[in-house]
Amino acid sequence: MEPFLRIEGIAAPLHRPNIDTDAIIPSREITSPEREGYGEKLFAPWRYLGPDRRENPDFVLNRAPFRAAPILIAGDNFGCGSSREMAVWALRQFGIRVVVAPSFGAIFRSNCLRNGILPVVLPAATVAALAGRAEAGDLVLAVDLGRCLVTTPDGSAHEFAVEAREREMMLEGLDDIDLTLSRAGEIEAFQARDRVARPWIWSVAP
Amino acid sequence: MGVRGTKPHFAANMAPRTIVDKIWDGHEIADLGGGQSLLHVDRIFLHERMGPALLAGLAQAGRAPAHPGLVFGVIDHAVETLPGRLERSRQPGANVFVTGFRASTKAAGIRLFDLDDPRQGIVHVVSPEQGIALPGCTLVCPDSHTGTVGGIGALAWGIGSTEGEHAVATQTLVRARPKRMRVELAGRLAPGVSAKDLVLALIGRFGAAGGDGHAIEFAGEAVRSLPVEGRLTLCNMAVEFGAWTGIVAPDEATLAWIAGRPYAPTGAMFERAASHWRSLASDDGARWDATRSIDCAALAPQVTWGTSPEHALAIDGVVPDPAHAGGAAAEALERALAYMDLVPGAPIAGTPIDAAFIGSCTNSRLTDLRAAAAIVRGRKVAAGVKAIVVPGSSQVKREAEAEGLDRDFREAGFEWRESGCSLCFFAGIDSFGSARRVITSTNRNFEGRQGPGVRSHLASPATVAASALAGCIADPRRAGGG
Repeated sequence: MEPFLRIEGIAAPLHRPNIDTDAIIPSREITSPEREGYGEKLFAPWRYLGPDRRENPDFVLNRAPFRAAPILIAGDNFGCGSSREMAVWALRQFGIRVVVAPSFGAIFRSNCLRNGILPVVLPAATVAALAGRAEAGDLVLAVDLGRCLVTTPDGSAHEFAVEAREREMMLEGLDDIDLTLSRAGEIEAFQARDRVARPWIWSVAP
Repeated sequence: MGVRGTKPHFAANMAPRTIVDKIWDGHEIADLGGGQSLLHVDRIFLHERMGPALLAGLAQAGRAPAHPGLVFGVIDHAVETLPGRLERSRQPGANVFVTGFRASTKAAGIRLFDLDDPRQGIVHVVSPEQGIALPGCTLVCPDSHTGTVGGIGALAWGIGSTEGEHAVATQTLVRARPKRMRVELAGRLAPGVSAKDLVLALIGRFGAAGGDGHAIEFAGEAVRSLPVEGRLTLCNMAVEFGAWTGIVAPDEATLAWIAGRPYAPTGAMFERAASHWRSLASDDGARWDATRSIDCAALAPQVTWGTSPEHALAIDGVVPDPAHAGGAAAEALERALAYMDLVPGAPIAGTPIDAAFIGSCTNSRLTDLRAAAAIVRGRKVAAGVKAIVVPGSSQVKREAEAEGLDRDFREAGFEWRESGCSLCFFAGIDSFGSARRVITSTNRNFEGRQGPGVRSHLASPATVAASALAGCIADPRRAGGG
């Protein structure tokens, strides 16, 4: 996985609660089992108008300078709904590396961490203030995972929390399957005990 | 009890524990520090929507399933549900997922309940129905409604496909122990009020993020008196409450429900498993990170008016006025009102509907179909309303047909379809045609979820049935029948 160290760039405001993964990428846009090709489809229901899919000029990510924003500022419960990882692939392939919100859908958050997108949780009032300032199109934020800080141009810094292991995985771009497989001995010992303690789990009929 | 090795398998911890902690402790392979555990996963379910990318990722990395016998594939998400789908699948968009999933499960040695398999159905209906999901087991699936099977006392949760690769490759996941919330559902539900109404009321009261990532145990008299299918409905919607997952402690009703299912243990093995399952209930004095409660005795049937499950109200309630909310909340309500084309202060009952849908992993089991059939039996769907029933599994379909429920629905004017996720979401396949306002027994009323511009009102199967007959959102308690 691509490591995440520090991102500095324009922040785009999409500050409303409960933006779900159906809005980020509707089921009908998922036409291939591949992991690529989702950047164009990000927020398709809001980003495009009509059957000919012309751009909706009012949608934030269709406006300069937000088209190139690597940071999205969102509302409460961002990414709720379907577990579809395509929602995260769409954000990443569009160019988003950081989403700042008061809270996230649990599966979406977990998917972000595995795809090089940093989900940053800040207090609701802070997020609302940042979103308000971002409307003008000149809010450049620096998001530093090493120091767990979001810094604004005027120097004010907002600390965020990331669990230590998740932080290390992102900073190093580690493959967590390899890390787990390095514990194969412990896994096998557990399973040997479990076959004795809960044999019904292991006797799966054909 | 035959425990070997250095780590006690069912920790004889003296401190009172929640059901979540008991299952967690029994599955913790290693404490990774920082609150993270390496956790054993007993069952993995895959479906054709996310399964192909997941298995392709594994194959590209040169990895194979650690325990293919503990992994199950089901086809449910992308398929059409119109009768005759086996003979003529008209959906090129779906076929690439279905054929890809057939090939990748075969290559990986994973069993697949294919379209022509009598066990086919919606993954969260199939896994408990077949006795594959069991109380006290850990189960994951790349689908957000996996927590459904918490209804039988499994610790189950939805994951993404990259995390799914980890699960299949190692039969484990790395996770922080969740915070635990106890939701006390006190009192007994009145007639005509179901598990769906209960969970909509909960989400309406505390919000779509009210579960705040917790593992929630649903407890209390209302839960105990729910049939197992109702408990599955309750846990199904935990994710719409912002919970990590939901669970109901297994009791004698659960055990009786599981006994005899195809993959469930039998004979002495069942008794041994049952004694373990009985030990899972939360101890008195267990510590909870949060508690919530709802008095269920006075609860009315619920229906949503807006575009989030938290936009729930009693069926005799009125559409809220954003003027009574502040700031960003008012803006969100206004947006929802505009999308739903509703007027503040208007009674929700009586709102005309164009379509009615009964199905999805939330409400498509036999008890759901019985409740709806009892209302429509001998009556007719209102003119101009497109009404559809999609049984949750091929087995539910057969059982319903054996009881003649299909005839009740058909004679009333409902379409009776093949099982699958169907119109819970619009995938470009099944559609409501030109219908704009839909009353639906599903789980999500998001903008565009059931089709571009489609306005979804979530409700119980009974309310959907009563509304289909009335041609408008209607109170099932006034519909007679069930």
